Amino acid sequence: MSAALFIDVQVKESVARDPEIAAKLAEVCPVDIFRAGPGGVEIVQDNLDECVLCQLCLRVAPAGSVKVIKLYDDGAVLGA
Amino acid sequence: MSILIDENTTFIVQGITGREAVNLTRECLDYGKGAKVVGGVTPGRLGRDVHGVPVFDTVAQAVEHHGAPIVGSVITVPPAFTKDAVFEALENGIKLVVIVTERIPRGDVAQMVELARERDARIIGPNCLGIIVPDVIKMGGIGGPARDAGKSYSPGPVGVISRSGGMTTEMSSTLTAAGLGQSTAVSIGGDAIIGSSYAELMPLFEADAQTEAIVIYTEPGGRMEAELARWVTENRSRLPIVAFMAGRFMDEMPGMSFGHAGTIVEGKEDTATEKIARLAEAGITVAEEISQIPEIVRAKIGRSPIGQARAEAEQSDQDAGLEAPRS
Amino acid sequence: MRFFEYESRAVVAKAGIPVTKHGFARSPEEARTVAEQIAGPVVIKSQVLTGGRMKAGGVQFADNPDEAARHAEHVLDLEINGHMPRGVLVDSRASVKHEYYAGVVWDGLRKQPVMLFSDMGGIDIEEVAEQHPDHVARAHFSTTRPFSDWQAKQLVASLGITGSALNRLTPIIARLAQLFLRYDMTLAEINPLGELEDGSFVALDAHMDMENEARPRQKALLHELGVGDEETRQAREATPFELAGEEVDAQDHRGVAGNVTEFDGNLGLVIGAGGGSLTLFDAVRAHGGQPANYCEIGGNPSVRKACGLAKLVLQKPGVDKIAVMMSIVSNTRVDIVARGVIKACVELGYDPAEKIAIFRIPGAWEDEGFKILEKYGVEYADRSVSLHGAAKRAVEKIQGGAS
Repeated sequence: MSAALFIDVQVKESVARDPEIAAKLAEVCPVDIFRAGPGGVEIVQDNLDECVLCQLCLRVAPAGSVKVIKLYDDGAVLGA
Repeated sequence: MSILIDENTTFIVQGITGREAVNLTRECLDYGKGAKVVGGVTPGRLGRDVHGVPVFDTVAQAVEHHGAPIVGSVITVPPAFTKDAVFEALENGIKLVVIVTERIPRGDVAQMVELARERDARIIGPNCLGIIVPDVIKMGGIGGPARDAGKSYSPGPVGVISRSGGMTTEMSSTLTAAGLGQSTAVSIGGDAIIGSSYAELMPLFEADAQTEAIVIYTEPGGRMEAELARWVTENRSRLPIVAFMAGRFMDEMPGMSFGHAGTIVEGKEDTATEKIARLAEAGITVAEEISQIPEIVRAKIGRSPIGQARAEAEQSDQDAGLEAPRS
Repeated sequence: MRFFEYESRAVVAKAGIPVTKHGFARSPEEARTVAEQIAGPVVIKSQVLTGGRMKAGGVQFADNPDEAARHAEHVLDLEINGHMPRGVLVDSRASVKHEYYAGVVWDGLRKQPVMLFSDMGGIDIEEVAEQHPDHVARAHFSTTRPFSDWQAKQLVASLGITGSALNRLTPIIARLAQLFLRYDMTLAEINPLGELEDGSFVALDAHMDMENEARPRQKALLHELGVGDEETRQAREATPFELAGEEVDAQDHRGVAGNVTEFDGNLGLVIGAGGGSLTLFDAVRAHGGQPANYCEIGGNPSVRKACGLAKLVLQKPGVDKIAVMMSIVSNTRVDIVARGVIKACVELGYDPAEKIAIFRIPGAWEDEGFKILEKYGVEYADRSVSLHGAAKRAVEKIQGGAS
């Protein structure tokens, strides 16, 4: 599988380890970019390019802890 | 004015909690003067709301809650449940049913149409995007979100009727860009049997003072274009019509279906070539490209403004025994 | 979807309409066995989904089982209009006194089924209707009220038929009308409907066409007839390229990126939606272009699906460039399709700016989509460029590149 071309998602480490937030992120994302693993939230690389820019992940995590980056737009950060 | 709907039209959305229906409801509420979506129906979901629209288990509950007859319903339920939903609407006094659902077998559609006739109601679709009166109201997903619909549609003198939902917007957008707005645009659906054909909508446009010309999008398959040609000739329509015919390549591929369920060449009558000839005989200009449509419409409106067409019709009525001259 | 004659006969028989003694055979040996059971003169009929089999030699007469087996061997090997037969129907040769026609089709304008009946059977009904209109009777019928025998009787009697023939024809026509609705047929035809020397009536041949949309709810019948879910029964068999297109579309349930049809040109098309695809395909040809395929995108497919479709088209032998074009979209997203087609190019090692001749999809999320296209240097157009204009540009680019 090749790397994502259009979207990157970064989760602050402290937040990434929170199982509750991990579960919420996995639940709200319509294209399954987040997976709740044993060590907290995991990013499903294969699904990154499916991101529909809905911002639901930004709403369920503490402000600034999840970043959705548009690689095609000079690294613009969604919702910023 | 407009046909079928206006700013006071009340309607419900059956299947309102589905993903597409939720979007469609939002779009209708946002567009123009804001549609009067007075309720939604999804069995088992009584008491919920979708963008502030109350959800009911039955159409009867929605009508009771509204306290007056409801004019229309947009049907967005899966194909296996569509007939039942349409029957429920018709038996509860709904007079205008827009069926968005596709892949409904013809036998079911025929039954819906038959009941609608008995209840003096009208069906638009199936497999359609609905109706839009620019800047006033839209009923269905036609044109998409309010902001997008606003880019494509503008008020004006052209009535649009199309077998393709997407092409309703494409053609209207072309007209809008050329400064020709639309009175009402109707996506009539792409199936072999639909509730309202071109010829069945023509009397409404004919009676609408705002409408001065008609633009239609057509495809191979079926005899609806021949029916329109006949209607225009027999009724000496005051409205000039411009048609666009897509799928000409299909004439070489009989028996194969492209684009829409009803788009298939089964005999000589339903080829693009034959239809173009029929339309032309009835004085309907068939444009080669969509970008030519505004120019042709303008020329036609210029040549026969409403008053003049009427005067000509009256004149020819007096010429007993003579055929009405057709331009 | 179309049925083979042997299947149509089974449907007719299931509805209680008399048929001649017959059997389906896939080999000369099976044909011999059926002929032995019939114990009399037989007809061997090729089972193909195409017309003109009589002319092509796909119908042979045999007086005994040996001859039946010999003819079957020949007919089983005979290609008709590009179709190889699935088998042969071994039918007993009845002594027919008179041939009638009975059929039911939809009338899309009246929005009702219409029964057709003629006392001139055995030939094409359209020919009879044209040359002997007074020998064809028609009657529409309701889909909401149960079909009643008098409707069939009135139809038959309108051609001046009376006596025992009228009384025997009535239930046959009624059952045909009923099966048409019960099984969601778009065509149910018995031609010829034979009147035998003893005055009885049998279906000598039958044609049935079922609506594709009804296949899910007609599973029981299709199972009984042995029709597999994978059998499309379209006018022509799907090519491997087209089957690969179906696989792309089936990978998830978000939107459509499929309905792929193969052509032999050099310009790959990633187009949509229904009406837009028809318009664009015509437009490419009108400007002298040669499409490599037809397809339809719609209903907001995933990036993965748009990518899969673009890859399929890009990898088709002979394709130099692709044109990505749609009528103005309101549901499908411009940015999602842009991502899909660019990803397809990149993953195959192509430069998107080189491989994508033109991207013309205006509408939902176009600002975001145009940013993506700009980043990769892909030529794009908004709604100010018409569908024909975009098609013309694509053709110019591919012709310029090829020379």
